[in-house]
Amino acid sequence: MTRLVIAGLSGGLFGAGLVVSGMTDPAKVQGFLDLFGAWDPTLAFVMGGAVVVMFLAWRIAAARNRSLSGAPLPAMPEQRLDGRLIGGAALFGLGWGLSGLCPGPAMASLFFGGPSVWVFFAAMVAGMALFGLWSRRA
Amino acid sequence: MNPDWILGLIGGLMIGAAAALYMLGNGRIMGASGLLGGVIDGTGRANLAERLIFLAALVAVPAVMVGTGAAQASRPVAGLGVLALAGLLVGFGTRLGSGCTSGHGVCGISRLSLRGIVATLIYLGTGVAAVLIARLMGGAA
Repeated sequence: MTRLVIAGLSGGLFGAGLVVSGMTDPAKVQGFLDLFGAWDPTLAFVMGGAVVVMFLAWRIAAARNRSLSGAPLPAMPEQRLDGRLIGGAALFGLGWGLSGLCPGPAMASLFFGGPSVWVFFAAMVAGMALFGLWSRRA
Repeated sequence: MNPDWILGLIGGLMIGAAAALYMLGNGRIMGASGLLGGVIDGTGRANLAERLIFLAALVAVPAVMVGTGAAQASRPVAGLGVLALAGLLVGFGTRLGSGCTSGHGVCGISRLSLRGIVATLIYLGTGVAAVLIARLMGGAA
């Protein structure tokens, strides 16, 4: 039960933070990526603020051995830079730049972003399902 | 002039707090693509309820904020064809690369994870390239 309450609080706070920061507006995200146009630095402040808080959280995690719910804290994944990481990040970036949407903001704006957000969301879900099928075969 | 950067910073602190709560509370990385992807392809079956509640709150709270007038609505500017292609790229790419802006960006960089830092540099690079290409081709971006 605790886990479910924490998941709900965390998801809600994430969504609220995305709206407050302006990151649910694709134009602001594309403005940040538009280095050769009217550059909008907002995304750097969003990322900076989030990273500072999480940096402190990782320091707290280092001094504990379990999460509040009793589950183990996430172990550092093996630091391998492979083709999947690089290729996947490259494809993601292309889609992110073309649309101004990444998965969090796309979901956060489902009920105010108009039908075009649903088109993006449906395609994103299809892309994820496609990867699921592809990785099961590979 | 709008203090966009102040709102950005406040929102960023909220996003960081959400990720910190999920990590210290449930022992999990707050990555939007991983949380959704695990629901889609079945790899998240073991903690499906937790994922669905997180995602439901992520969708519902912004909807209420905008619905009550506490925040402004915003819409994508790109056309439907571009958005469909972009969605496919984002869905497939984030699963192939094991993360997006929240997982690799917020959670990875803050942990000084080499994978998170490299992934972020790459998606920022191709994101800048995509906006530039769209601009040169006279696209909506």
